[in-house]
Amino acid sequence: MSANLSSMDTIEVMRAIVRREVAMAMRQKGEVLTPLMFFAVVSSLFPLAVGSDSALLLRMAPGVIWVGALLAAMLSLARMFASDHADGSLEQMALSPTPLGLTALAKALAHFLVSGLPLVLIAPILGLQYGLDARGLGILMLTLLLGAPTLSLIGAIGAALTLGVRGAGVLLSLLVLPLYIPVLIFGAGAVEADAAGLGISAHFSLLAAMLALAGFFAPLATSAALRISVE
Amino acid sequence: MSIRDIHWFRFASPPNFYHLAGRLWPYFAALAAVLTLVGLWIGFFVAPIDAQQGQGYRIIFVHVPTSQMSMLIYLVMAGWAAWGLAFNTRLSGMMAAALAPTGALFAFLSLVTGSLWGKPMWGTWWVWDARLTSELILFFLYLGFMALQASIDDPRRADKACAILAVVGAVNVPIIYFSVYWWNTLHQGASVTLKGASMATPMLVGMLIMVLAFWMYAIAVALLRVRTIILDRERHTEWVKHAME
Repeated sequence: MSANLSSMDTIEVMRAIVRREVAMAMRQKGEVLTPLMFFAVVSSLFPLAVGSDSALLLRMAPGVIWVGALLAAMLSLARMFASDHADGSLEQMALSPTPLGLTALAKALAHFLVSGLPLVLIAPILGLQYGLDARGLGILMLTLLLGAPTLSLIGAIGAALTLGVRGAGVLLSLLVLPLYIPVLIFGAGAVEADAAGLGISAHFSLLAAMLALAGFFAPLATSAALRISVE
Repeated sequence: MSIRDIHWFRFASPPNFYHLAGRLWPYFAALAAVLTLVGLWIGFFVAPIDAQQGQGYRIIFVHVPTSQMSMLIYLVMAGWAAWGLAFNTRLSGMMAAALAPTGALFAFLSLVTGSLWGKPMWGTWWVWDARLTSELILFFLYLGFMALQASIDDPRRADKACAILAVVGAVNVPIIYFSVYWWNTLHQGASVTLKGASMATPMLVGMLIMVLAFWMYAIAVALLRVRTIILDRERHTEWVKHAME
């Protein structure tokens, strides 16, 4: 590969990474489906715990579904770099002329496609169980669609930091969950605000702003963390 | 010797800083003790009884300094961490690691004193007020930092990984604060606000002295802790054997 890599090549490499991640996930369907099942089970536990009062469930719906989606997306974070770290391909990526930050961005995008997008797609079914109407379901899906990529991007930092560390799974949740709070607030808040008759454009603007910020800064932090792990 | 003649980078070396910290910490500890005594004396005996809150408000002399220190220490910690990342100095990571437990302690104390104050004044131990919630999240950030530090065996790698986490956390703290603030105001009007500067002078003076006292305490404890960290990490070297004799 030539040293002066053109931007076209970089985009090709990123696409290849995304394609590879998605293909690998499709070959191990269990890993894609387990977080989805987790999401469905967790959302079904809440009515059993708090009772079947439909007014209460309707009020809780956005929050419960958002927290469930957030936890489910977190389950698969640890896998983002683990196998590449174990077989040495991560070191090759770090050595390759493609900037490691862009590799991290492609990885986060792949994580969203494999883990985030399915959650967005089944969220309306779970929302129906809580009695959300069509408008509420639509807003819920849109907020998840805007918020889930941010979760993948921030999660990538945590996944890179805990690579090859003792008790990585629990540690990852401790590191990442506090950073997820702003996304959770505005994601779940949008549905609630709409139900209360308030405007929701501010929520969407803020979610998009957080996505833009995370899209720029999180890959930088992730690549710095990855370099420490492969040192 | 004027201050210009001191070669500051000399103190970036752990052995030199070990000795410097050893000389400095007793002064900070003594200042902390004196200022705490003066501050508490003003707080308990000089400051007048509050018109609305009676004697109960006096916990302010501990609560406000702990809250301030918990936020300030996170920034100082992130600053050391960023310095260590940029200049690859070993001591910076050790300073960040030494500050984290003190910051976590202050965050915890701030929550405890806050709820002790909240019970008689608002009639509840806890409200999901923006300030309380963001302090709680700050406490979680400290715990994450300490947990990451504890779970990586190689101290240099632990320092660097924690440095990235601290910088990411510092960028997020304002975002978290404003989102929590906005989340709260969406649901209900701000239920609790401090009275601002409408405060009797002795109260203000007592509080400022307590803030200074906690500064001194934090510096003294961080220096003491960084000494033990230096000894722990350098225990195989000649100078440590020398220093221990």
